[in-house]
Amino acid sequence: MINKVVKDADEAVKDIPDNAILMLGGFGLCGIPENCISALLKTGVKGLTCISNNAGVDDFGIGLMLKTRQVKKMISSYVGENAEFERQLLAGELEVDLIPQGTLAERVRAGGAGIPAFFTPAGYGTEVAEGKEVREFDGKKYLMESWLQADFALVKAWKGDSAGNLVFKGTARNFNPMMATAGKITIAEVEELVPLGTLDPNEIHTPGIYVQRIFEGKNYEKRIEQRTVTNR
Amino acid sequence: MLDKIGIAKRIAQEVRGGWYINLGIGIPTLVANYIPDNIDVVLQSENGLLGIGPFPYDEDVDADLINAGKQTVSMMPGSVLFNSAESFAMIRGGHVDLTILGAMEVSENGDIANWKIPGKMVKGMGGAMDLVASAENIIVAMQHCSKSGASKLLKSCSLPITGIKCVKKIVTDMAVLDILPEGGFRLLERAPGVSVEDIKAATEGKLIVEGDIPEMTIN
Repeated sequence: MINKVVKDADEAVKDIPDNAILMLGGFGLCGIPENCISALLKTGVKGLTCISNNAGVDDFGIGLMLKTRQVKKMISSYVGENAEFERQLLAGELEVDLIPQGTLAERVRAGGAGIPAFFTPAGYGTEVAEGKEVREFDGKKYLMESWLQADFALVKAWKGDSAGNLVFKGTARNFNPMMATAGKITIAEVEELVPLGTLDPNEIHTPGIYVQRIFEGKNYEKRIEQRTVTNR
Repeated sequence: MLDKIGIAKRIAQEVRGGWYINLGIGIPTLVANYIPDNIDVVLQSENGLLGIGPFPYDEDVDADLINAGKQTVSMMPGSVLFNSAESFAMIRGGHVDLTILGAMEVSENGDIANWKIPGKMVKGMGGAMDLVASAENIIVAMQHCSKSGASKLLKSCSLPITGIKCVKKIVTDMAVLDILPEGGFRLLERAPGVSVEDIKAATEGKLIVEGDIPEMTIN
């Protein structure tokens, strides 16, 4: 098997250049590549385009890279938890492309699957449709949406092996599997790097063919945005 | 007038056994608490979970298990986890039987606005545009009027819309209404203590009142 293990996040992201297009997995703060984000804060790379469902919160996740002004453009579906994001957007300091969540997921999936465009009903008749081709199929109108691809995809998994095979846990899966397929270079950080051959091939979510670099992350904070509990 | 819990309780009465249901953030999430135990449904969360359970006990909280509102949740027996593309395949593919979501405005032809206030609030549409463009059965939970008393049930939406001609039913703090295929809000029920005249005064869009309008029954 091909060994894709790199030492740590610093080594994994060191060649990400200014103005790169990145994909970052996660939904809210769930399943985000925490170690890679920390490493990018250190390299200080600038002018990034970040494709990510959300923009983190003010003091965690992509929010940290917004504060340091490393992000030129965000492509997201929901950014409501980040006041700094909203401020930069309303002040015209940040380019933002807001797209429907299912369209975002499918555009990334299409990018990884070699499908340059597809038709979806989401956004028809709204400002999302501006400038897009509309076609009717069986009496209903659909928008043409194009694929998304990235220079680097940064994904976070629960377990992985040296071949880059990945297993996700809970709802931390979200956008990570599609993004893993749509990066020219996909960097996977995992909570546990397990010996080759110990993952059950029946239960691998992301085949290693999509992953170029993998490392075991450290000090996962896994911050919770809304801690809701049932009292006994 | 109904409070938020009253709206959630009334919407829960619309739920039928065997349905897969997507609940939006806010009042829609509360609906889950009032679905009777003898009605079996499966709740879908667009971040990749079918079979949302109650909020977990404190010691069971798992940062890797949240709903679309980023709240920690548990899973029901038989739950399944999947990625976001698969989740929206379920939604766009028409496999979800009922979508319940909030709105800032609804128009008399069924347009809904709930994602943006130009110049003021830009949160994004999240999954709302996919949901409203695809669902056959959409119930909106909302306040009938703004805090300043302006109607939110309009001839046409003033805010950027989320989807066109998609809302079928609305439950507000004042009334239950459906939207007729040819346009117009048809009044079905009044909230306790609310008169037809009150509802007429609070509805800017075309209101259709046929015969006696019963008061809602809320337990």
